[in-house]
Amino acid sequence: MRRDYHRPLDVKRGRVDLAHGAGGRATAQLVEELFLKAFDNEWLRPLNDAASLPIPAGRLVMATDSHVVSPIFFPGGDIGSLAVHGTINDVAMAGAMPLYLAAGFVLEEGYPLSDLQRVVASMAAAAKSAGVPVVTGDTKVVERGKGDGVYITTTGVGVVSAGIELGGANARVGDAIFVSGTIGDHGVAIMSKRENLEFETEILSDSAPLHRLVAALLAACPRIRVLRDPTRGGLATTLNEIARQSGVGMSLEERAIPVAPGVAAACELLGLDPLYVANEGKLIAIVPAPDAEAVLAAFRGHPLGRQAALIGRVTHDPDQFVQMTTALGGRRVVDWLTGDQLPRIC
Amino acid sequence: MKYVDEFRDGDIARGLAAAIAHEADPARRYQFMEFCGGHTHAISRHGVADLLPPNVRMIHGPGCPVCVLPIGRVDLAINLALERGVILCSYGDTLRVPASDGRSLLRAKAEGADVRMVYSAADALKIARATPEREVVFFAIGFETTTPPTALVLREARAAAVANFTVLCNHVLTPAAIVNILESPEVRTLGTVLLDGFVGPAHVSTVIGTEPYEFFAEEYRKPVVITGFEPLDVLQAILMLVRQVNEGRSEVENQFSRVVSREGNLKAQALVAEVFELRRAFEWRGLGTVPYSALAIRAEFADFDAERRFGLEYRAVPDNKACECGAILRGVKRPTECKLFGTACTPETPMGSCMVSSEGACAAHYSYGRFRDRAPAATPAVSDA
Repeated sequence: MRRDYHRPLDVKRGRVDLAHGAGGRATAQLVEELFLKAFDNEWLRPLNDAASLPIPAGRLVMATDSHVVSPIFFPGGDIGSLAVHGTINDVAMAGAMPLYLAAGFVLEEGYPLSDLQRVVASMAAAAKSAGVPVVTGDTKVVERGKGDGVYITTTGVGVVSAGIELGGANARVGDAIFVSGTIGDHGVAIMSKRENLEFETEILSDSAPLHRLVAALLAACPRIRVLRDPTRGGLATTLNEIARQSGVGMSLEERAIPVAPGVAAACELLGLDPLYVANEGKLIAIVPAPDAEAVLAAFRGHPLGRQAALIGRVTHDPDQFVQMTTALGGRRVVDWLTGDQLPRIC
Repeated sequence: MKYVDEFRDGDIARGLAAAIAHEADPARRYQFMEFCGGHTHAISRHGVADLLPPNVRMIHGPGCPVCVLPIGRVDLAINLALERGVILCSYGDTLRVPASDGRSLLRAKAEGADVRMVYSAADALKIARATPEREVVFFAIGFETTTPPTALVLREARAAAVANFTVLCNHVLTPAAIVNILESPEVRTLGTVLLDGFVGPAHVSTVIGTEPYEFFAEEYRKPVVITGFEPLDVLQAILMLVRQVNEGRSEVENQFSRVVSREGNLKAQALVAEVFELRRAFEWRGLGTVPYSALAIRAEFADFDAERRFGLEYRAVPDNKACECGAILRGVKRPTECKLFGTACTPETPMGSCMVSSEGACAAHYSYGRFRDRAPAATPAVSDA
């Protein structure tokens, strides 16, 4: 009998076809030569249906996030790194240390394997640098025209230590509200590459894993009440969610909110308010007033928190309004986002 | 940010506010209408009203192109997209405008219509060139600012004979709407609304110049100050209006002289005149039918007129009976005096024109100012717990 010969996957010129999702040899080849090669770790390697994992003591935290961003490659990242960061951040916002990721891919027939390899390589690099391995996954292929290249769903688990109690309902009157850096970078970076709208900018997406910053903040102040990453809907919408969950109001200072000059300029031009533009590497922290100084110092001591700022206070307000003193000296409501000006940003 | 922060400086704002408070006569009221939605948005977003003394009140006018688009015109666009299978291109903020039967272009898109959001008229023409097998219609809306770009693409489409491209024209004219408000019985004869002057549009005036406003100033004895969209521009304009009122003057003054001239942009005006002609009458949402207030495509460009190509017939559709948009646009009522405001009518589910875009009077009040509506006792207190 002749020895089996498998022609290696033609990543350079090949494209995703329906056989890659049919569960036969082609699927196995794609998994082994593309996914396993990039993500390789001791839990993924056996290629069982489920990964069997050791878990340290503590409460288990689990989060899932689907990524459908368009364009797939954007300044400062791509759908792969975003899929890793997005889920790590969701787990981290519970105060947990993320441990493992699962990844589900929906590929469109005809998608170039070279692009898929780029996405997977970027995802693997992001997972490696965050120290959170992809331990199990799944691949499906849909017919041409029924997807948009590649969609990625990631699920993450992590463990939160005893004594850490974070939640959107925990904000109390008088608490200090922090944001970890400039807002709106991700949304503007995506917008700058949209069809019909391409403009020259040096703005990069802020896509980044926040779990190490979270660990530093919790080490400085275990009493932090709320952590949340202001993704879709931006800072404004996230603060409104917290205000509603906690049954409080908020009072912000417009001048204190950090916005990069390029983002401010792009927003002026496009008629957007940076308060509503998405972020992928920023967090909001709500902390008891006496801890504000320690938290600010912890922010400033971490590379992802250098530009952190105290932007306001939690107030008593039965209507749960988020209000703001404008740079001009007037007041306004900072309301929930209405509609959606920026489809598919994450 | 350079060239922006200078116009939002809190110290200068306080200086201007102090001057307005000092010069405004406490014995009288000053009611000024900012015509343009851009000003309404700036006033609300930056909290300009908080810097004004209580006897100086701003009335939000109808200058929001999305807001004044009547239901019947949106219905035409929806039918084109759903029943005639065209690719319908429009600016993003028109997609949410409520039309008949709870529909909107966005909902039509969900029902299968090919509706595309574009950022310019030129993008719509580009789509037409890229898909020669499909009819592409550009749903053109806006005041004098967006009219020249539409004229340009019509000229280009004719020159290049792009056979599958047409424009559904809804361009409207600022001066006609101001006259309509000034002629309304509440303002003109009943005196229930005292309009003491106008903050004139910024970008519109770069095209039409300041000259068209001279008529109102003379005929209706109303001062007009043309100004930019930055909050300090608006404060400066209010101060200039207060001074005119105090001195009994009714002139057209140009605070926005860094951009606007008396005669405007003659090249743009000539282009618009070449492609468009006046419509006898046009329906404005909230104001009703206003004579000679809109533009239609000239016969020379008939092949590129969607109304002619598809034989469209306009059918007016009334707004909800309880909707007070008409009265709000003329300054007769405030948003909170409408029964629908904040209940059935919100920015998520707008029923009337003023709630549709953030430049509309109701949406601006709802999104930025509704904390002012509650009793003073409920004002939030900041206290360290």
